[in-house]
Amino acid sequence: MWAMIVKEFRQLRRDRRTLAMMIVLPVLLLVVLGYAASFDVKTITVAISGPRASAIDGVLPKPFDVVLSAADQGRSWAQNQLRDGKAEMAIVTGGSRPLVLIDGSQLFAARAALTALAGLEHGSSASGAAGSVRGIGGAGGSAAGPAFAPKLTILYNPGLTTSDIMIPGLCGVVLVFVGTIITSLGVVRERQSGTLEQLAVMPLRPRDVFLGKIVPYFLVATVDLAIVLAVGIAIFGVPFRGSPAVFGLGALLFLFVTLGIGVLISSVSQNQGQAIQLAVMTLLPQVLLSGLIFPLTSIAAGVRWLAYFLPLTYFNQISRGVMLRAEPIAALWQPFLFLALLGAIVVTGATLRFRGYLAPAGRQRGARPAPAQPQGAAA
Amino acid sequence: MTGHGRPAATEGRAGTGHASYGASDLFVLYGKTVALGGVSLSAPTGQVTAVVGGDGSGKTTLMRCLAGSLAPDSGTIRRPAKERVGYLPASSGLYPDLTVAENLDFRATGYGMSRQVARDRAAEYLDRAGLRSASDRLAGQLSGGMRQKLAVIAAMLHQPELLILDEPTTGVDPVSRSGLWWLIARAAADGCAVVLATSYLDEAERCTSVLVLDAGMPLASGTPDEIVAAMPGTLREAPARPDGQLAALAWRSGGHWRVWDPGPEGGSRLAGTEDGSVLIEPDLQDAVTVAALGMAIAGGAS
Repeated sequence: MWAMIVKEFRQLRRDRRTLAMMIVLPVLLLVVLGYAASFDVKTITVAISGPRASAIDGVLPKPFDVVLSAADQGRSWAQNQLRDGKAEMAIVTGGSRPLVLIDGSQLFAARAALTALAGLEHGSSASGAAGSVRGIGGAGGSAAGPAFAPKLTILYNPGLTTSDIMIPGLCGVVLVFVGTIITSLGVVRERQSGTLEQLAVMPLRPRDVFLGKIVPYFLVATVDLAIVLAVGIAIFGVPFRGSPAVFGLGALLFLFVTLGIGVLISSVSQNQGQAIQLAVMTLLPQVLLSGLIFPLTSIAAGVRWLAYFLPLTYFNQISRGVMLRAEPIAALWQPFLFLALLGAIVVTGATLRFRGYLAPAGRQRGARPAPAQPQGAAA
Repeated sequence: MTGHGRPAATEGRAGTGHASYGASDLFVLYGKTVALGGVSLSAPTGQVTAVVGGDGSGKTTLMRCLAGSLAPDSGTIRRPAKERVGYLPASSGLYPDLTVAENLDFRATGYGMSRQVARDRAAEYLDRAGLRSASDRLAGQLSGGMRQKLAVIAAMLHQPELLILDEPTTGVDPVSRSGLWWLIARAAADGCAVVLATSYLDEAERCTSVLVLDAGMPLASGTPDEIVAAMPGTLREAPARPDGQLAALAWRSGGHWRVWDPGPEGGSRLAGTEDGSVLIEPDLQDAVTVAALGMAIAGGAS
């Protein structure tokens, strides 16, 4: 046993990258994710429409934050703001009682909004703002009337069902699994078994090798996505209200990014163990920081910026927007744009790295061939 | 090592009309280590050229330069277009999780062969190499000899003009070696220029020409007969290892000792035959050993 222990330590000492990942990254992840792990919603963005919009704007207490106000607009405008993700709650004034629309696809914001509204209704707002709201409770509202008794409608996820918001995001996680983890293994395996050198001398263009390598994973990921979607819809009753084409385009872009990340990981990994470690390290932040579990607004500002570099953040916005809110592509231009930008950067980087592999090695690149594994040992 | 600033060049990319492929004055450095120091090689079509040397002599580096997977620091390489080069790397280049047939199918498709031609040729080669019955087995499950034969078949399947084989027979049993040599001879008979790296001098003796490398430097080159004929001095076989300075010029061969006498230039050190030694005709093994000894002595002297 002692011989084994010593041998393992010697091997570990030489595999400095693995050692660093084992020690440094867990600490880093714990700190980052510790700040991210929060379900507390401190701010609820609100859009107000109708003749009393300006009256309500400014008197709504925290956690409500009025971000849009349009006195000359009605319910459909307000609803569009929720659909397009510009606000989490909308108040439509002008009727006998104000109508409050809540975006159920923003689960934690919706729950926080309901709690805050209940407080207003019972006049228990700590800020005392209920008294101010009381006056604009309705067309005939008076100081003696109820504190704030609006009509409530929860849109897009009326039952505030967790699976309805998780399944669209989980589609992205499945794509990350196939796109990043499996792809990174596929390419590094080629490198480890020594077949990459064979590919380099065959009459194949680097682009052909790169595409030939990722297309199968792309197809498998697409099938996986279809299965997850079908299961989500059939078993969990998750709605699909939007355009399949918009969803498909988002998934396509997202897949390109994840496949590119997979190839990038494999290009910096010496072996399959390192590739898996790195891939998991990219998966964890995506799951925890992208808004899949914790609302983006609840994540501490110090680490929230990381979310905007993660492709799953944008895919979440697209998948939830399309599936739950039937959001049109025009309203999703931002996540599409950022996903495309990330895709361009990652795929370009991955292609360049791949081209480097297949070009004749020179002394600048460290010309010694990677030692190949015994044939039988390569997975 | 700074006196070889001439950039590496590749000639003959069009791929036809060359009577000889090879390399001229190749330099390759790994950091400060000279992997190849001014190595030249000629590989005529229809002939088998051997690159011989011990571990770390630069054989694989030379093979990689010829195949195009490694760019030399300077020197010229003459090889046909990629489609006309066949390469067996030291790692065999096979996919262990593909079957024999699937490995060959991938190679045939990659080189743009027609399905029928590829199938017929693979069947013939597999038959001759005794692998026909294993065509559905995974390459990773083949024995070492079978795997090497498959790797050679994969490298020559598209009938290249230049076939580069990096130690195709290392670790292969004598029967499999015979099968491998049939394949190699077949490629040369079809007009291919074959370059193979080997550690076995008995194999090198079967080749048309031989390049001997030692620590990245050319030690000897020519036909096996030319290399033997060029050996300086004489060779004796002695029953025991000589004493004194001669011990450095002796090596064991079979049950006897071979002692190199550097000859007139080095001064004859064998006073007579009282020690029971007899003059013998050197073979390629002896000539290469003598060349290595000569280089070591020259290096020590300088």
